[in-house]
Amino acid sequence: MSAPARETPLQREHARTIFQKGAPGRRAFVCPQLDVPAVEPGELLPERFRRVEPPRLPEVSEPEIVRHYVGLSKRNFDLDSGFYPLGSCTMKHNPRLHERAAALPGHARLHPLQDPERAQGALELMFDLQQALAEISGLPYVSLQPSAGSHGELAGVLLTRAYHEHRGQARHKVLTPDTAHGTNPATVTMAGLEVVKIATNADGGVDLDDLRAKADEDVACLMLTNPNTLGLFDRNIEEIAAIVHGVGATLYYDGANLNAVMGLSRPGDMGFDIVHFNLHKSFTQPHGGGGPGSGPIAVSERIAPYLMLPVVARAPGADDGEGEERFELLHEGRDGLGTKSIGRLRGFHGNYGTFVRAYAYICSLGADGLKDASEVAVLNANYLLARLRQLGVAEYLPAAYGELCMHEFVLSGGPMKRELGLKTLDLAKRLLDFGFHPPTVYFPLLVEEALMVEPTETETRETLDAFAEAAAEILREAAEDPSLAQGAPYTTPVRRLDEVAAAKNPVIRETID
Amino acid sequence: MLEAIGVGSLEELFDRQIPAGVRLGRALELPAGKPEQEVYEHMRALAARNSSVEDELSFLGAGMYDHYVPALIDMLMERSEFLTPYTPYQPEISQGGLQVMFEYQTAISELTGLPVANASAYEGPSAVAAAAYMAKLHNGGSRIVVSAGLHPHSIQTLRTNAHGYEMEVVEVGLRDGVTDLEAWRSACAEPGVSAAIFAQPSFYGAVEDAQALAEAAHAGGSPPVVVAQVDPIALGVLRSPGECGVDVAVGEGQSLGNRLDFGGPSFGLFAAREDYLRRMPGRIAGETTDADGRRGFVLTLQTREQHIRREKATSNICTAQALNALGGVVYLAWLGRRGIVELGDLLLARTHYAREALAALPGVEKLHEQPVVREFALRLDADVAAVRRRCLAEGVNPGADLQALTGREEDHGGLLVALTERRSRAHIDRLAEVLGAAVAAEREAAVTV
Repeated sequence: MSAPARETPLQREHARTIFQKGAPGRRAFVCPQLDVPAVEPGELLPERFRRVEPPRLPEVSEPEIVRHYVGLSKRNFDLDSGFYPLGSCTMKHNPRLHERAAALPGHARLHPLQDPERAQGALELMFDLQQALAEISGLPYVSLQPSAGSHGELAGVLLTRAYHEHRGQARHKVLTPDTAHGTNPATVTMAGLEVVKIATNADGGVDLDDLRAKADEDVACLMLTNPNTLGLFDRNIEEIAAIVHGVGATLYYDGANLNAVMGLSRPGDMGFDIVHFNLHKSFTQPHGGGGPGSGPIAVSERIAPYLMLPVVARAPGADDGEGEERFELLHEGRDGLGTKSIGRLRGFHGNYGTFVRAYAYICSLGADGLKDASEVAVLNANYLLARLRQLGVAEYLPAAYGELCMHEFVLSGGPMKRELGLKTLDLAKRLLDFGFHPPTVYFPLLVEEALMVEPTETETRETLDAFAEAAAEILREAAEDPSLAQGAPYTTPVRRLDEVAAAKNPVIRETID
Repeated sequence: MLEAIGVGSLEELFDRQIPAGVRLGRALELPAGKPEQEVYEHMRALAARNSSVEDELSFLGAGMYDHYVPALIDMLMERSEFLTPYTPYQPEISQGGLQVMFEYQTAISELTGLPVANASAYEGPSAVAAAAYMAKLHNGGSRIVVSAGLHPHSIQTLRTNAHGYEMEVVEVGLRDGVTDLEAWRSACAEPGVSAAIFAQPSFYGAVEDAQALAEAAHAGGSPPVVVAQVDPIALGVLRSPGECGVDVAVGEGQSLGNRLDFGGPSFGLFAAREDYLRRMPGRIAGETTDADGRRGFVLTLQTREQHIRREKATSNICTAQALNALGGVVYLAWLGRRGIVELGDLLLARTHYAREALAALPGVEKLHEQPVVREFALRLDADVAAVRRRCLAEGVNPGADLQALTGREEDHGGLLVALTERRSRAHIDRLAEVLGAAVAAEREAAVTV
């Protein structure tokens, strides 16, 4: 490919990878000196096991590394720079206190195999987080192990399977609404079960007739998000739970949207047996550009025997006489918890660093603060929806369902596409030029040209107003000249990228001479 | 705001949406919120009750290692632009993160000697399970052959997952610290074997003959996918999995510029031969051009993934470990082409020194005679838990109680000792002194009893 004339040296620099920089012999690392007697290399490692050609890693100095990656960072949009209303992702503020707390050597430099007696602070933190998540979800037993939401889902379906198998039942089907996150059906397949789709009714909730027709003795579980991916709280939740429990199946709560209901309504009280939390959504673990996440689960009494181990428990006879509690890692089940455990789903105890941040968040907000957070998240979403209506945006982008919403809402870009010739993708790309991260696009699948907006409690009224006005401006602009949005973005480090070509002829690593 | 919405109160906003029967009519039973300075003090007090690798002379490893993390990694991982974005769904404003993924994939590909790598898996053991699932999608087999030299957490994770995939896990035993080659060969020759998995080095620190294992596994009529769980730090001096004929390399990435964090978050590395590209789990960044013909990067091959393919996806993974993988690629750039070999050589020399020094102590012997890179297993003629307690009282953590981790009878008396470049000869000498005294004291106590 030839570089167009208008490319500046800096732009050219930025497309170069670290492997295209540096020079032979250049380095950052200085190896500690050999302080033990030298031994024949062959005695340490037989020649046939020895690597001949070193991996062709970069040869760069520390200043080059710093410039390179700081330069790359400037080609990212991030939550700290602006509004990020990515639906289903809960892009709320990441308090820096949490980074400071997680970096304390007692947390950051604690080895996972440290003796429990010498890691009491960490175990207490994990225990208290387990207790807090149990209270928030209304389900008594918690495993912090899963690494992300989808990993928590896998845990949930495997637990459901174990529950039925121990009752001598091989159930094969898992019900998921057609609005479900893609992770739900993908998880079901990985857990060896079969997906059965449930239709959505005219109000955007679960179609009860379809559910009744498909709920039979071969159904292991219903996986549900509530509020669902349309941002709607399913008003029939009690009846849904009754139908599912009526055939002996379990109810799984996808916690991606928990930010709508903290302190207001609890999955356990709705009848769910298993819930996963996304600590990187509702509980402020920064997303890191695609992780780390964390997907603890909480379960009901009947699922507790199957829970993954280890979990943190109060040590029996824990009181040392001075009121000091002791905590332990349970590697074997006890008192109906983990007695028929499905095992473990990863190494060690889970993403502890994310527990520190989530726990610090819960300590900061407390009971009232968590409820406030959810209330403001719902208020902000409804206000933004109302502003979009006031500004006439809804004529081209009507809400897919209903008048009100919970913490997020879904618009349909169908009229915009037909009347202005603008696809949802065009609107999204033009928003980039206005300095906003676009909402989630083309999900959920059942909404034509979907645009899923989740402002979170973080945002001020001014920001919401500015976003609504930008959307209105883009539509006004498109009414005059749709090509502007169709060719957007213009102000970003690169313009629209050819994703089809990338997939057709995949180049997924740098060529090294 | 309420007026714009057209409701009279916040209560009304919720009353109109959430049925009364499932409203929580009370406050959550959680402590009241606290100001930042008080939360900090609480977090500090908790941290103070943990004994970190700064508080003792630690030789703990067994999957996670106390390597020095260069300061520039902390600085880069704390930058808002890397710390706070979501997965790069909008590539035009995510070129930084996408290029980091592309560079990371290149570095992992180089390290493993395999042509394709994903942008990260969760961590080590779950990456092993993910490789087994990919093998099943590839060849439809129903059995996984696994060496007993794998990390016990990997074997346990594999078993939990395999129950879901409906695959049988067949364990092949060890001979002197490494996989029993003949038992491995015959297990792999059985019909329906989907994947054959070993660790390099083994959990006991022993360097495996990876080429012999790969050849033996591939020798049968319907060869399985050969998977190696690797210690990436060791790959500076060990022949790469690709060179040894391995099909898929996975591993725990924590050693590469990530902190211990009591076990996570870190990242899992995942690399494979080209044939597996379209069945790999996880995000993959690919190169392309923009509307002006300039080079750029996007998430690619997304038709493998859950958000497109749903129940037909090759994995359910969504959020992985992008920030931790950034730490990984920066660390590899910092070590550099020469540094990774120098580091490996230093570890070889110091580990050899430590192993000989400790095995010379009365009541201490090598658990196996195989070459080792940075970790080795000993057998103590004394109660391991009691010996460890004595050492800890002296401020030395001598390593992990092997049997407590594996649960295997034959590991009784086992101690797994790990080194990093942060443990000098003086530290090793101190360990020898303290461990020697502890073993002697325990043996004496046993005689007295």
